[in-house]
Amino acid sequence: MTGRATKTIRVNTLARVEGEGSLYIKLVGERVADVKLKIYEPPRFFEAFLRGRHFSEAPDITARICGICPIAYQMSAVHAIERALGIQIPPAVRLLRRLFYCGEWIESHTLHVYMLHAPDFLGYADAIAMAKDHRAVVEKALRLKKIGNRVVQLLGGREIHPISAAVGGFYKVPTEQQLRDLVGDLEWALEASLETVRWTASLEFPNFEQDYEFVALRHEGEYPFNEGRLVSNRGLDIDTAEYEDHFLELHVKHSNALHSVVRGRGSYLVGPLARFNLNFDKLPETVQRVAIDVGLRPPVKNIFRSIVVRAVELVFACAEALRAIREYEPPASPRVEVHNRIGVGQAITEAPRGILYHRYALDENGKILAAKIVPPTSQNQKRIEDDLREYAPRLVAAPIEEATWKCEQAIRSYDPCISCATHFLKLSVDREENTD
Amino acid sequence: MLIIGCGNRQRSDDGAGIVVVEKLRELGVKADTCAGQAADLIEAWTGADDVIVVDVVVTGAAVGTVQTWDARQVLISRKAPASTHGLGVAEAIELARVLGRLPARLQVYVIEGQRFEHGAKISPELHSGIEEVVHRIARAHPACSNEYRLPAQGV
Repeated sequence: MTGRATKTIRVNTLARVEGEGSLYIKLVGERVADVKLKIYEPPRFFEAFLRGRHFSEAPDITARICGICPIAYQMSAVHAIERALGIQIPPAVRLLRRLFYCGEWIESHTLHVYMLHAPDFLGYADAIAMAKDHRAVVEKALRLKKIGNRVVQLLGGREIHPISAAVGGFYKVPTEQQLRDLVGDLEWALEASLETVRWTASLEFPNFEQDYEFVALRHEGEYPFNEGRLVSNRGLDIDTAEYEDHFLELHVKHSNALHSVVRGRGSYLVGPLARFNLNFDKLPETVQRVAIDVGLRPPVKNIFRSIVVRAVELVFACAEALRAIREYEPPASPRVEVHNRIGVGQAITEAPRGILYHRYALDENGKILAAKIVPPTSQNQKRIEDDLREYAPRLVAAPIEEATWKCEQAIRSYDPCISCATHFLKLSVDREENTD
Repeated sequence: MLIIGCGNRQRSDDGAGIVVVEKLRELGVKADTCAGQAADLIEAWTGADDVIVVDVVVTGAAVGTVQTWDARQVLISRKAPASTHGLGVAEAIELARVLGRLPARLQVYVIEGQRFEHGAKISPELHSGIEEVVHRIARAHPACSNEYRLPAQGV
C-alpha cells in the first residue's frame, strides 16, 4: 500500500446520450490521473461516400447522419454548396430556412431539456421514472416536441430525414395558409417555453464555473441560425471560409471521433452557452427579459446551467417561428436556378448542439470532389474531457455511484450527439469501482 | 389496425422493421414507418386502439429469431434491446404505460439483429424473420390477398 487511494470511475455505456460512448476517469488521491471519453464505433464514412455524387444529393445524404438534427446537416450543406456556386437565395427562402431551423431547435431542445437532462436534476434514473411523479411535465414535453415536428414536417416534407431542402431553396414551399395553421400551436408552445425557463431555473446547479473559450456564429442583425461570422470571447472573428485556418482536428488514440482545438490555444465550447453569451444582445428584448428575470445574464460559465439556456432558446425559437410566419410572403419560385461550376464553398450553421461546419469542392459537372464535415460534438469533446478533469476531484469523497452519476450529468449538459460524431447507442449503464 | 415499422434503413439490421413495412405495402396492407423516437412513436399511435409495432432488438437470442410481446401484459426490458434511437421503442412503451397512453391492444414483433453499422445491407439471417413477421401480420389483416387471409394463429 502506498497510502494513496486510487478510484476509477468507469461508465461503460453512457445512457441518455445520443450515440454510443463510454467514460473513464482515474483518480489517484485527489488528483485526476486520466480522463478519456471513449468513442468506439467506427468513424463516419459520409465524407468519403459524398465524393463522386452530384451536389444536389448532398442535403439528403448528409441529413442521414443524425436523426435528431438532420436540418442542421441540410442547412450547412446547402449553404456551403450555394457559396461554391455563387448563388444568392431570395429573402422568402431565407426566412423559411430560419423557420425550418426553429422547428429543429424546438424538437431537439425539448427532447434534451425534459426527457434527457431534467431527470438528472430531479434524481430520477430516466424520463419514465420522472413521468410517474411529474406526469404533466412530460405531457407538456411531448406536446412541445410534436409542435416542433409539425414545423419540420411542413417545411421538410416529413418529420424524420426531411427531403424538401434543396440547393437554391426548397423543392416545395408551404402556402401562407399552411403556415398560419401552425400559429395556434406555436403560441401555446411559446407559453409552454416560458414555463420551461422558470421550471429549469428552479433546479439546483452544482457550483462549477470554467473559463471557456465560447465559439459561435454572430450575425449583425439576428440571433444566429444559418449565417454570420465565427466569433469567440478570445478575439476570434473570422469568415466561415477561414475555419480550417483557425481550428484543427486531432486524432486521439482512445476515440474514433476527432478532437477539435483552436490552433495554438486548445479546447473550446460550442452550443447554447456559447450562442447565448456571444449573442445575448441579438435576442429580442422580450426574450432577454425572460432570461434576466430568472437571473441569467451573460457570461454564463456554468455548463450545468445550459439546461436553462436551452429553455431560453426554446422561447426564442417559438417567438422567431411566429415572426417568420407573420412576415412570410411566398417566393416567386421555391428555388433559384443552379448551374454546375467549379468551386469550393464552406458554411457553418448553428445546430442545436453548436456549430456544424461543411466544406465541399465541386468539379465542372457538379460532382463533389471532396467533402469535410465537423459536427458540434466533435468540437465539444475535448472540452468535455477538460471539464471532467476539473470536476472529478470534487467527487473524490462521494460514493462511486453518486460520482459516476454526476459525471454523466456533466456530460449530458453538452447534449452530446455521439451519433453525429461517430455513432450509436446501447441502453445500459455499468458502474465499477476499484480501490486499492 | 395501425402497423408501425421502426428503425433506420441506413443502419444495417436496424432497417428490418422498415423492410417489413415495405413488404406489407406490396401486399396492400397499410403500414407506417417511424424512426423510433419515443415521443414520435407515442404520438403516432395516439387515437389508435389496435397497434402493431415492428422493431429489431438484441436480446441474446439467435440472429433472425422472431419474438412477439403483448405490451399491455409484458414489461419491456430497456436493457436488452439495442437501438439507434436515444429514447427508443422500449422507452416509448414504458413511458406510454406510465402516462396512460398505451393503445388498448399493442403487439410488438421484434427480430433479433446483430449488425448496426452504416449501410443498407441486412444480415442474411434476418430475411426469414422478416418474412415470418410479414406473413403473420398479413394473414391477420383484412386488406391483404387471399394467400395470406388465413385464420390468425395468435402471436
